[in-house]
Amino acid sequence: MNEILTAIIAKYNYWSFLILLLIGLHAMISKNNLVKKVIGMSIFQSAIILFYVSIGYKKGATIPITEHGHGHANEVVHQTAAEMVAGFANPLPHVLMLTAIVVGVGTLGVALALVQKIHRVYGTIEEDEILEKIKE
Amino acid sequence: MIKEQLPILILAVPLLASFAITLFARKSKIAAFALLVGAMGMSFVFAIGVMRQILDTGRVIHYHIGNWQPPFGIELVIDHLNAMVLVLVSGAAFLTAIYSKNTVPAEVPYRFPGEEVPERVPNYYTLYALLVTGLLGIVATGDAFNMFVLLEISALSSYALLALGGGRAYFATFKYLIVGTIGACFYLLGVGYLYIKTGSLNMPDLKVILTSPALAESPTVMIAFMLIITGIWIKMAFFPLHGWLPNAYTYASTTTSCLVAPLMTKVSVYMMIRLMFSVFSAHYIFDRLGWQNGVVWLAAAAILFGSISALGQTNLKRMLCYIIVAEVGYMVGGVWLANADGLIGATYHILSDAMMTLCLFMAVGAVIYKTGDASLYAMRGIFRKMPVTSVVFVIGALAMIGIPPTCGFFSKWYLVSGAIEARHWGFAVALLISSLINAVIFFRIIEIGYFPLFDEQEGEGGHHAHDRAVIAEAPFSMLLPMVLTALSLIAIGLYSNEIITGLVGRTIPAGLL
Amino acid sequence: MKLLSLVISLTLGFLLLLATADLPDWGDPQSPASIHVSNYYIENSVEQTSVPNFVTSVLADYRGYDTMFETIVIFCAGITVLTILRRSHRQKKKEVRPRPAREGKDLILISAARIIAPMMQIFALYVVAHGHHSPGGGFQGGVILGSSFILLALAYDLETILKRLKERSVIIMSGIGVAIYMGIGMICLFLGGNFLDYSAWSSVLGVSAVEARSHGMLGVEIGVAVTVMYIMFSLYADLSSGGEMDEGL
Repeated sequence: MNEILTAIIAKYNYWSFLILLLIGLHAMISKNNLVKKVIGMSIFQSAIILFYVSIGYKKGATIPITEHGHGHANEVVHQTAAEMVAGFANPLPHVLMLTAIVVGVGTLGVALALVQKIHRVYGTIEEDEILEKIKE
Repeated sequence: MIKEQLPILILAVPLLASFAITLFARKSKIAAFALLVGAMGMSFVFAIGVMRQILDTGRVIHYHIGNWQPPFGIELVIDHLNAMVLVLVSGAAFLTAIYSKNTVPAEVPYRFPGEEVPERVPNYYTLYALLVTGLLGIVATGDAFNMFVLLEISALSSYALLALGGGRAYFATFKYLIVGTIGACFYLLGVGYLYIKTGSLNMPDLKVILTSPALAESPTVMIAFMLIITGIWIKMAFFPLHGWLPNAYTYASTTTSCLVAPLMTKVSVYMMIRLMFSVFSAHYIFDRLGWQNGVVWLAAAAILFGSISALGQTNLKRMLCYIIVAEVGYMVGGVWLANADGLIGATYHILSDAMMTLCLFMAVGAVIYKTGDASLYAMRGIFRKMPVTSVVFVIGALAMIGIPPTCGFFSKWYLVSGAIEARHWGFAVALLISSLINAVIFFRIIEIGYFPLFDEQEGEGGHHAHDRAVIAEAPFSMLLPMVLTALSLIAIGLYSNEIITGLVGRTIPAGLL
Repeated sequence: MKLLSLVISLTLGFLLLLATADLPDWGDPQSPASIHVSNYYIENSVEQTSVPNFVTSVLADYRGYDTMFETIVIFCAGITVLTILRRSHRQKKKEVRPRPAREGKDLILISAARIIAPMMQIFALYVVAHGHHSPGGGFQGGVILGSSFILLALAYDLETILKRLKERSVIIMSGIGVAIYMGIGMICLFLGGNFLDYSAWSSVLGVSAVEARSHGMLGVEIGVAVTVMYIMFSLYADLSSGGEMDEGL
C-alpha cells in the first residue's frame, strides 16, 4: 500500500493531467450544449499544456534565465556547465507550450465565432435542437 | 545561392502572398486573385526545382533553418517522397487557384440574410494561401512539433474556408473543429510522450534514439505511437473516425471543396507514412506491435462502407465525399499491408487519388456553377450542354474506376498485388468490390448525362429540352485547369513506371524490401 | 453519446495510466527530456546568441521557425473570425440581439480604466523590450497591450475605441506585424544566410554575429507583439459585437 502511495505521489503531475484530460475529452464528446463543448476543448488543451510544462521541471532548479546584461558577457559567467544544467529548468517545454497556448487561443476564437453563427442560423446552441431543425 | 534556398522558398512564397493580399489587395478582387495565382505558380516552379535537384543528385536535402544544427534547431528534410507530395500540393493548389477566378466571387459573398461584405473575397484568398502554406509546411518539415503547428494552421484556415459555405456549413464545420482539435491534441500528446522518453523532437534524431532496445520495450513509446496514429486517422477521416468529413465537405463552396477535399486527406496520409517509417520503423510497427492484420481489416471495412454509402447518395458532392472515405481506406490498407508493393501502391495512390478527386470535384463544381444544382439530375443532358466538362468528368470517373491507361489502374494494380503478397484476401476483395461499385456509380451518372430523353420523361425537363442543343460551357478560367487536371491523370498513368521507379520506389524503408 | 464518450475517455485513461509507471518521476533531473537537447540550450545560449533568457533564445532563434508559424496561427485566427462573423451594419435591427442592451456609461469604471490603461501599455512595452533578460517577450507584451484596449472598450463602449483604432488599420497592422517577422527572416536570405539566420544581419548592423542574433530576436519580438496586440483586440471586437462592430458588450 505504502509503495503504491509513494509511486502516486512521485508522479502526481501525470495523475492530475490525466484527470483534467479525461474531463475535457468527456465534455467535448458528450455535452449537448455547444459552448460546453468548447469549454471542454479548452480544458483538454490545458491538460496537455500542464503535462508538457511538468516535463520541464527539475528539482531544485530555477527559471531558465541567467544573470547577465548586454556587454558584460565575460564578467558574469562563473558557473560551470554542470552547475548551469542542474540549476536551470528545461526551457524547451515552455517554448513548445507557448506555441500550444497560442494555437489554443486561435482555435477557441474560431470555435466561438462558429457558435455565434450557428446561433444566428438556428436560434439555439443545443445540439439536439439543431439536429431537429436540420431535419425539418 | 537560390538553389540552396529553394526548399524554404516553396512555402515562403505562398506565405508572403497571404500578407501581401491583406496589405495591398484588400479592396480589389482581381489584384488578390493575381497575387494568389502568381504565388501558387512560383511555389509550383520551386517545388519542381527541388524535385529535379533530388532526382539529379539522389540525395536527401537537409535545410537548416536559422543555421542551427538539427536536433537543436528545426530543419526541413526533403527526400523523394516529400518532393513528390510537394509538387502535388503546390500543383493542385495552383490549378485550383486559377479555377477560383469565377467561382469565389460568385459563391463567397453569398446572399444570406443581409450579409455582404466586399472584403470577403480578398480574405478568402488570404486564407487560401495560408492553408496551402500549412500543407506545404507539413510536407517539408523534419520536426515533429513543427508538424503540429503547421497542422493547426492548415486546420484553422480550412475551418474558415469550409464555414464560408454558409447555412448548414457552420454546424458541420463546428463538428469538424471539435473532432479535428481532438485529433491534433492526440498528436500533440503523442509527441509529448515521445519527447519525455527521448528528449528530442527532430525526426531523424528520434528515429536513431528509438532504435535502442530499452525504448522498443517501453509502453510509453507504444502509447505515443497509438496516440499519434489515432490523431492522424481522425484528421484523415479513416473509417470509424470519418463522421465529420461528408457534411463538412458537402456544404462547402465549390473552390473550397476542390482545394480541401483532394489535399487535406492526402497530406494526412503522407504524415502517417512519414511518421511510421521516419520516426518509428517498419520493424517496430510490423514486427513488434503487429497490428497490421487488424488495421487492414479496418481499411477493408472503410472501403466497403465508403463505396456502399456513395452508392446511396443523390447529391454529387456528398457522393464524392464518401468515395474519399473509401480511398482513404485504400491508402491506409496499402501502407499497413507491410510489404513493398502495398506501400508503393499507397504512395502512388496519394498522387493519383489527389488528382482524380481534384478532377471530379472541378467537373462537378463547373456543373454546379452553371446549373446551381448539386443533385445527380443536374447532370442531365450535360454531354450536349457542357462537352468539355463532361469529357473531363468521364476521364476522372474512368480513373476512379481504375481503367487503364489512367493512373487509377496502376495504383490499384499495386495495391491488389500487395494484398495478394500479404495473403490478405479480404482487402483484395474489398478493392475489387469497390471498383465495381465505382463503375456502377459513374456509369449511372454518365447515363444520366448522355441521354437527354430521360429528363423529358420525368416531366420537369421542359426548358432543358428547349436549350438542349445550346452549348453552355463553363468559363475558360474553369475549363483550363480542368483540362490540365484530366490530362495529368492520363500522364501520371502513362509515366507510372518512371514515377514508381524514380520517386515512389526510392522511399521504401529498408524493413519492407 | 454519454456512454460512448465514457467508454472512449476511460479507455484513453486506462492506456495513459499504463504508461505512467514507465514515465520518469516528477522533477527528476536525469529524465531523458532534461538531458538530451535541452542542456545544449542552457549551456550555449549566452555564448551563441548573447541572450540570458533561454526561453526567449529557444523561442525566437533556435526554434524561431515554430514561433513564426505561431504568429501566423494568431494572424490566421484573426482573419478567420473576421471572415466568419463580420457583416454590414444595416441589417442588424431585424434580429433579436443575443446580448443585453447596454445601460449608459459608468463614471467609476471609465476613470479607473483611464488610469490603468496607460500603465498597462508602458509595462507591456517593457515586457516586449526586456524579454531577453527577464520573463517576457512578444506574445506576453502583445497580450497586455491588446488587453489594455479591451479594458477601454469595456469601460467606454466598442464604438468609441473603434473610432481611435480603425478596423481597417487593425487588420493591416496585424499583417504588418507578421510581415516584420517574415521580412527579417527573408532578408537573411539576401544577406547570404539561411532563412531566419539572424547572424547574417551582422554586416548590416555592424555588430558581431552573436550580437546580431540578439538584435534579430528583438526585431521579431516586436513583430510578434504588434500582431498579437491587434489580433487580440480584433478577436474581442468581433466576438463581443457578433461581427457588427457596434457598441459591443
